[in-house]
Amino acid sequence: MPSTTYLITVLAIVFTVTFALRALPFALLGRLRGSALVQRLSVWMPVGILLILAVTALHGTMTKDPNGAWYALLAVAVTIGVHLALGRRTILSVGMGTAVYVVLLNAV
Amino acid sequence: MSRLLRDHGRVQQHQIAAGVRDSFSAGLGIFPLGIALGLLILQAGLPWWLTPALSLAAFAGSLELLLVGMLAAVTPPAAVALTVLVVNFRHVFYAFSFPLHLVRHPVAKAYAVYAMIDEAYAVSASLPEHKRSAPRLLAMQLACEAYWVGGGLVGVALGSALPAPIEGLEFALCALFTVLTLDAFRSRQQIPSALLACTGVSVALLLTPGVALFTALLLFVGLLLGRHALMSRRPADA
Repeated sequence: MPSTTYLITVLAIVFTVTFALRALPFALLGRLRGSALVQRLSVWMPVGILLILAVTALHGTMTKDPNGAWYALLAVAVTIGVHLALGRRTILSVGMGTAVYVVLLNAV
Repeated sequence: MSRLLRDHGRVQQHQIAAGVRDSFSAGLGIFPLGIALGLLILQAGLPWWLTPALSLAAFAGSLELLLVGMLAAVTPPAAVALTVLVVNFRHVFYAFSFPLHLVRHPVAKAYAVYAMIDEAYAVSASLPEHKRSAPRLLAMQLACEAYWVGGGLVGVALGSALPAPIEGLEFALCALFTVLTLDAFRSRQQIPSALLACTGVSVALLLTPGVALFTALLLFVGLLLGRHALMSRRPADA
């Protein structure tokens, strides 16, 4: 088992790098506020970043469990269908999609 | 922190409640992942306290699951630092559109930055501007961290007692990001950004499937910079 000193050293490093990556861009952006580029990026980025997160998360699920790849696609379709058909209630859509995936993966 | 927020009055209480509600759907994915982390840490022969300690130090789900194996193998700290840098580099791009300007108090501001995980970014990005506020954002982030640390502790408590935990609950994160994309995609003005993101993620999955998220974000930002350059040359289209 690794020593406690080693674990605490690594925890300190992990905290520092993670926090620095999240904080430094804000410090730099403070000076750029008002620039046309930063304003455009702040409007353009959210939908694209969300789409990238959705696709890579789906890809991760499909590769982690190749048997469940079709179930994952089906569950995403259910999630989208429920969300658009039943009034965009996030918890309901996420819950239904997840339930479909869990049931198919464990029961079929 | 919660007392500090409450002092601002009743409107803030509604905002806090709204923030906690925002967090529920993210919690569906975060909590089971936390349990998985706790189980994994015990299975790797690491001490139980590492679960909450790691969750508080890193607060980045995918990274922590990756770190368990590295810690168990006593990987040199420099290699750990490099891994953290690469895996979490994507957070650099969130700063452009994360509503940190809403948060005034310096301690709260530092917390909002520290707790800017993928899920918190995604939930706040899908909210329209007029519905955002500092208490709502912070309440959502605090709740997410509670699910993550709480899930980890439940995982540790379950230990080997549970023969086979229910598989597939992590799909909730997949579903959450899909739903939030739908909510953000509400006007035709979003089509170019969505198409550029599609291009970025397709190329990334083909060329670097192992670090697809990182590559996709990098390509997406590159494409947006190109779009900005084009629009600056033809201001009539802007």
